[in-house]
Amino acid sequence: MTGDSASKPVHFVDQDRRLGWAMLSPALLYIAGFIGVPFVLAILLSFSNATVGDPRITHLVGLANYVDLMDQPVFMTALKNSILITFLTLVVLLVLATILSELLAIEFRFKKLVQTLIILPWAMPVSLATIAWLWLLDSQFSPVDWMMTQIGILGPGGVLGPARHLYYLGRDVLAIASIVTVNVWRLLPLATVIVLAGRLSIPQDRFDQAKIDGAGFFRVLFRITVPALMPVLTVAILFTALVVFGDMATVALLTRGGPGHASQVLPYWAFLKGIQGGDLAGGAAVALFMLPILLVVAILALRIAYRSQEA
Amino acid sequence: MQNPVRKISFYVALFLFTLFAVFPALWGVITVFKKSSDLYTPTANPFLYHPGPTLSHLTFLFTSTSFMTFALNSVIIGACVVAITLVLSVPAAYALARLSGSWGERSGMALFLVYLIPPTLLFLPMYQVVTFVGLADSIWGLVVVYPTITVPFCTWLLLGFFKSIPGDLDEAAMIDGCSRFGAFMKIALPLALPGIGACIVFAFSLQLSDYIYAATFITSTGSMPISVGVPTELIRGDVFFWQSLMAADVIVAIPLALGYGLLFDKLVSGFQSAETSATHA
Repeated sequence: MTGDSASKPVHFVDQDRRLGWAMLSPALLYIAGFIGVPFVLAILLSFSNATVGDPRITHLVGLANYVDLMDQPVFMTALKNSILITFLTLVVLLVLATILSELLAIEFRFKKLVQTLIILPWAMPVSLATIAWLWLLDSQFSPVDWMMTQIGILGPGGVLGPARHLYYLGRDVLAIASIVTVNVWRLLPLATVIVLAGRLSIPQDRFDQAKIDGAGFFRVLFRITVPALMPVLTVAILFTALVVFGDMATVALLTRGGPGHASQVLPYWAFLKGIQGGDLAGGAAVALFMLPILLVVAILALRIAYRSQEA
Repeated sequence: MQNPVRKISFYVALFLFTLFAVFPALWGVITVFKKSSDLYTPTANPFLYHPGPTLSHLTFLFTSTSFMTFALNSVIIGACVVAITLVLSVPAAYALARLSGSWGERSGMALFLVYLIPPTLLFLPMYQVVTFVGLADSIWGLVVVYPTITVPFCTWLLLGFFKSIPGDLDEAAMIDGCSRFGAFMKIALPLALPGIGACIVFAFSLQLSDYIYAATFITSTGSMPISVGVPTELIRGDVFFWQSLMAADVIVAIPLALGYGLLFDKLVSGFQSAETSATHA
């Protein structure tokens, strides 16, 4: 894209440059004003003693807010859960999205209908989708529990019995598993669209050649599809990691961080501290802890993309 | 697909994925029409209506709650956010794709990195900014803030679209006497319409899905969008209005799912060109 400017008359290049700035600057100014300024404010805020009652940043207290965090056991739980939930969601999501995109790359009858049904989770606003799951995982009225009782897994004599309910959101491990499940469910359409886009870009003759060589489904999957998908999978990882790691609605509505603080995550704790607890500065300090982790994910993903391009 | 084992496993896998995707919504649809006495009988088959179905919880949602206000708020906010997003993103993406040299590549990368800053990191200072400009507890505060989510993403998506349109087409129009801006309006813009369509869908659904900004800025019922209004009004402490909650869920989800379903192939091709330009940049 850059090479052709040399061949054009100078006044055209000048004109292009001016028009370029004119077209770009509204977006840049908006981003500078509404992301840049708040971002700097977020850092300042975390070093201040601002509260909801007095939101002005008048007095800087240095690292005091961060030191306070270290003393609170919830902080380590939230940090650990944020990373764990993101990691588990990504692993399950990538496996399922790769399989599902294989299925959707094939033509079949009623494909439009199936696509519409499969994309449904994405169409629901996060908070409403989480409420649907809240009801599905209800401690007394979960239809999942009922079905498992019917086939004898739960209830007296069942493998997981004798109780008739699993209390998904009331036990530490199951609460985290529930959050991961909702995340996977909600993001599978997006991840599938991203992976499918990459899958359809792979030249068909590579698959034809493999077929002639007599390669089976899994051999084709691991030898051709997955390696060719690596750059696209990193895009999928970046997008979904960000959404999962920065999400608070699922945890806020599904488990409320509970039982106790067992499924607490950084974004929701920042919200509880900053808005409900009124400690703007402390909340900002919690939220800022997400930044180094997001940077590590971004750098890792970009490096994988870079490496797979060289190979 | 001639192999019958392969064929059967294909359809079984497809069925399981579809079931996983629709099960919560299906359960929601069943719930909407349940009488409370039926709903709260734990031993009864939850998929059947024992004393027959009822419409009372659906009418409750429309007549006795602010659901219509929430929906209207979401539509107004959505329309404004989509408009602002297009006005900012379309020219910016074209400029990055065509009119910039090496700094353009870098700006494109920076834009993507900006997208990596999640709202949960910015919501507290954003609360201060919105309070400062006097838009706290108003839908206009959300209109001003939501493009921070949509603009970087849509610009990145459109960048791929513009790059996939051959630059020669613009140049040919310019040789025929068009200005650069004329070439953008007459040649590039019409060809990028599928990308713009994808952006409209994305921008609308991203703003509809937001929870944290609305939960932070909005306290009065009249200004709430769907995502915060529905849980606030239909979950009162430990009392859940399950049937009406599910009704709200399903009413919002079905039209959106239909729209997304129709656009599925467009979305895939949108990502295809965005990915090609992102991974071969």
